[in-house]
Amino acid sequence: MTTRPDRAGAVGAAPPLLRLQRAGFGYGERVVVRDVDLEVHRGERVAVLGSNGSGKTTLLRGLLGLAARTGGTVEVDGEPAPSRRSRRRTGYVPQAMTVGGGVPTTVREVVSTGRLPLRRPWVPARREDRAAVDAALEAVDMAEHAHEDVTELSGGQQRRVLIARALAAEPDLLVLDEPLAGVDAASALGLARTLAALAARDTTLLVVTHEVGPLADVVDRAVVLQHGRVVHDGPLVPELLGASDEALERLQEESRLRHQHVHHHEHETAPPPGWVSDHREHRPQPTADHPECHHPGTHHPETHRA
Amino acid sequence: MPEVLTYGFMVRALVAALLVGLAAPSVGVFLVQRRLSLIGDGMGHVALTGVALGLLTGTAPVPVALVVTVVAAAAVELLRRYGRTGGDVVLAVLFYGGIAGGVVLVARAGGSAATLNTYLFGAITTTTAEDLRVFAVLAAVVLVATFGLGRRLAAVSSDEEHARASGLPVMGLNLLLAVLTAVTVVLSMRVVGLLLISALMIVPVAVAQQVCRSFRSTTLLAMGVGTVTAVVGVLTSYYGDTPSGGTIVLYLIALFVLTAAGSALVRAARHRGHRRRHRLATPVGEQA
Repeated sequence: MTTRPDRAGAVGAAPPLLRLQRAGFGYGERVVVRDVDLEVHRGERVAVLGSNGSGKTTLLRGLLGLAARTGGTVEVDGEPAPSRRSRRRTGYVPQAMTVGGGVPTTVREVVSTGRLPLRRPWVPARREDRAAVDAALEAVDMAEHAHEDVTELSGGQQRRVLIARALAAEPDLLVLDEPLAGVDAASALGLARTLAALAARDTTLLVVTHEVGPLADVVDRAVVLQHGRVVHDGPLVPELLGASDEALERLQEESRLRHQHVHHHEHETAPPPGWVSDHREHRPQPTADHPECHHPGTHHPETHRA
Repeated sequence: MPEVLTYGFMVRALVAALLVGLAAPSVGVFLVQRRLSLIGDGMGHVALTGVALGLLTGTAPVPVALVVTVVAAAAVELLRRYGRTGGDVVLAVLFYGGIAGGVVLVARAGGSAATLNTYLFGAITTTTAEDLRVFAVLAAVVLVATFGLGRRLAAVSSDEEHARASGLPVMGLNLLLAVLTAVTVVLSMRVVGLLLISALMIVPVAVAQQVCRSFRSTTLLAMGVGTVTAVVGVLTSYYGDTPSGGTIVLYLIALFVLTAAGSALVRAARHRGHRRRHRLATPVGEQA
């Protein structure tokens, strides 16, 4: 896992772990997500929010090379992605419990498949592979279930197995698609605790979710998508916790109004914090509404011009 | 030495059964995992066209069937990946095209119903020494590939999207599985016949999954079940004068019914035991 540098100090020193510049993704000729600028630094825990059809899953699939890039650039640790290297640095936890096929498979067997891309074909599991699988099982608290058939586990436990499978590859960035969808409230809390434990170990997380509630203590930044565009990038403000469609509509409307405001007073004021206009040129500043708002990838807004 | 082993044709038949019994479930386990249990049937139908082509051109049917089936398997995989047709529709087209091509070509070759039956239902006792050498090579290829690359094949079979996202060569592994399926079909057609090929790939896995918890143990038990039933089936067909293919498959089905019923009973007993323990653990006053 990664260590967490002082992100404000890291700017300019190391490239962000993930950088999207005017990136667009889609399927065939259909562009679903467009002009996304996003930087994720080591140790950050970012939630990608949005209602159904907002393009958040397409954004995630685009990062992983599962949806086509229609424009812009994607870099993982300064290198163009997706590449063989970037795929191995990015751990993917899919939404659906797709692991259980027609044949019984133990938890350990599923988690072990996470190590496959790290070794050559025909080479059997090595000692370090087994150690990484053990560590991944421990990290999600599933070691005692290692020899159980994965299809006999509860939904929440199966989700943990998928997280462990991604962790087994010792990725730099863990990408989760709707980790809480389809599990009961108790399991959702358990999963949130697991993710909080990973966050405490400085794992870089990118979580796509339509409901951030139980993850409020885990994520430290929210990116909101609406109609395929980023409408908010900043701290997890209270309006986002419910993340209902109405709340998102309101956010978008506020964003639009502030955007107009910014353009109107372009030389008089910086854009409001977190609200995306063109944050490569403007630095955010704290406001009375959201005193802690910060620029993506920046921990100390006060270090920038106020 | 038992009388049955004094006949060369029976020794060859038993060795062929052993090879097929080992190899077929080792591929079948990935097909069951992908929920593509019937793809072997589709391949079997295509193999019939290959056999008929061999008969028509006067070439040995087994190698021609091998080439035709491998090409068809690769084409199906590519269509599934890049085409606009669903996997099940491609499979249906394969079924119909294969059997229609086979019937027409066998008739054109002047083949009789007896020739067709040999391939449709198997004729293990007609295995020649040359056939056996080809079978041994094919079985070795299948076993080496499924054991050497088994974990990768299993990963792609159970979660193709994750495999793609994590950088495994999904297309190559899918093609490999398609080709291995084709090879197994050709290997098995003389033993159980083209119409029953899928049974030898799938039913041993169905038996093993009733009692196993892991992919590995399911694979090994399925191979054991496949080998034992194939050999016992051939022996039964010798003593009972029954067709070998049908006999082997009936043994497999019987085993499946027994293990399925047995595991259902065990599960029910466990459930009852669990409920009883729960009742005992709950104070009387709290029981509803």
